[in-house]
Amino acid sequence: MTALATRLPSRFLPVLATVVLFALTFGVGSVRYDGFASGQVIANLFIDNAFLIVLAAGMTFVILSGGIDLSVGSVVALSTMVTAEGLKAGWSLPLVVVAVLLIGSTLGLLMGLVIHKFDIQPFIVTLAGMFLARGLCFLISVESVSIKDSTVRSIATAVIELPGGVTITYNVVIALLVVLAALYVLHRTRFGRSVYAVGGNESSALLMGLPTARVKVGVYVISGFCSALAGLLFSLYMLSGYGLHAVGMELDAIAAVVIGGTLLAGGVGYVLGSLAGVLVLGTIQTLISFQGTLSSWWTKIVIGALLLVFIAVQRTLVRQRPS
Amino acid sequence: MKNRLLWPLLALVALLLLNLVVTPSFFSLRIQDGHLYGGLVDVLKNGAPTLLIALGMTLIIATRGIDLSVGAVAAIAGAVTCVHIGSSEDAGTAFAGMAIALVLCALLGLWNGFLVAGLGIQPIIATLVLMTAGRGIAMLVTEGQIITVNNNAYRQVGAGFVVLPISILISLAVLGLVAFTTRKTALGMLIEAVGVNPEASRLAGVRSRTIIWTVYVFAAVCAGIAGLMISSNVSAADANNAGLWIEMDAILAVVIGGTSLAGGRYSLTGTLLGALIIQTLTTTVYTIGVAPEVTLVFKAVVVIAVCLVQAPKARAVLSFRKVAVS
Repeated sequence: MTALATRLPSRFLPVLATVVLFALTFGVGSVRYDGFASGQVIANLFIDNAFLIVLAAGMTFVILSGGIDLSVGSVVALSTMVTAEGLKAGWSLPLVVVAVLLIGSTLGLLMGLVIHKFDIQPFIVTLAGMFLARGLCFLISVESVSIKDSTVRSIATAVIELPGGVTITYNVVIALLVVLAALYVLHRTRFGRSVYAVGGNESSALLMGLPTARVKVGVYVISGFCSALAGLLFSLYMLSGYGLHAVGMELDAIAAVVIGGTLLAGGVGYVLGSLAGVLVLGTIQTLISFQGTLSSWWTKIVIGALLLVFIAVQRTLVRQRPS
Repeated sequence: MKNRLLWPLLALVALLLLNLVVTPSFFSLRIQDGHLYGGLVDVLKNGAPTLLIALGMTLIIATRGIDLSVGAVAAIAGAVTCVHIGSSEDAGTAFAGMAIALVLCALLGLWNGFLVAGLGIQPIIATLVLMTAGRGIAMLVTEGQIITVNNNAYRQVGAGFVVLPISILISLAVLGLVAFTTRKTALGMLIEAVGVNPEASRLAGVRSRTIIWTVYVFAAVCAGIAGLMISSNVSAADANNAGLWIEMDAILAVVIGGTSLAGGRYSLTGTLLGALIIQTLTTTVYTIGVAPEVTLVFKAVVVIAVCLVQAPKARAVLSFRKVAVS
């Protein structure tokens, strides 16, 4: 045990706790319900939460740098709207994809620039971004717009067979690619190292000669891009564009990142933790739907309770850390 | 001080003038059955819950905190009262229900205060817990239904009139109370001290924890009363939608009013102006005939504009340009 403890630095503890929690909740489900412990249920966790995985990956960057992005849910909604209206107007699919990703990244860039150049709190700037993106949705259309494009529909319903008869959608592949890319950027590039440094202590990072400006703006561009991509995945999942899609999804993304062990003060955390966080949220939803008698609002209460537990655990870990 | 309130005041005047241009009858007031009616009264009446919540939020933000859970707390207050009233038409039951709801809200405020002051958790995250779980709790209370009540005494809180709407009278009374207790006693200065530097103020003998605890309880009770207004105005409790995003409106009102999110100095007059600006903006968009959902775009523009005008760095950039040009 001591050998394990020395080999495993304490910074991995929160992530490990999340993985254990995921295993526990899943274990409880497997014991209590027939058919819970099947490969397809796990695959469905990924299918139903692919967009949230992408959002959480982007949010991890922002939170690691010490910021927060409240606009992600609205940008998802805006992306579904642009996708649906664009396809309806006869744009080609690649054009729609490029347009959506550009819009998301540009919004992120603008928010990042305002936050950095004018030194206004990320909370307020991204709150404005949240209002702006959702308002723009309704400016395009107040109604829900369904996606009728046959290519998009075939991509949305296409499945990939895995060994063991388990099927996944292309959304899952994209989400996992995003996680891999995020892992690479965070741990194998200068930019990633700088994100951790800025989150740990911005003035030290600046004095070390790190490009703090590029990092602080860059994380919001990444988050905006991820939100737009998540919006595309969400369009595939819902096959419609609507201004009321993804209401409150930013809270789910933040919750997943926090449950995944990332410190909200910045500087500490892992993308894989956020992935585990999303899976924990997904498992709780699956558990509640398997239970049948529990109403959907229990999901919110349980997520709130989990948040609380993880924050309390983080708090004690931070206190133990020698300052 | 005067200078800080100038921009919000100008924004409010501009909005009101815009209304006057679009609907000339906007400023006309008439008295009917002893009730005052008119565009301005509507703005006040609809803005009352936001103003009330923004008052509590001002004090929290002054201590360098933030409370995201107020919307959920408002929903809980409405839900508890409506469930307690049920089908009763008795005024006593209504008052008992409201009392229970407000005591419960005070407890929720205590909970937030415990997380922030007791455990030392960042306020955004600490209140995020109740924001997420709170709506679940409200739905648990109403069992997911929209509870409608038919109780005249309860209706008065949100829809009643004593010449002016009762809801705005309540909000203004609370504003007066807060202004008196924080500006005529040392309390306001202590709150600002905690916001400027919690550690230094603790060493100087200020009971920072008690103060932080108090402002969270106060904000939760304000949110509870606002929740009663919202629910009473439609004689129904909707756990899902009552007070949705009102925390954002309240934070905006405070920020537009010139109180910095970094804590310290706060302005109650500013918050009043901020709440009025937000409500006038909403009303304006309605009267102009744009889809009400598009209000969000205008809100975003106003927020960014006001923040930019107030941000020291933005001012520096602007004045630098002026110098460069001249």
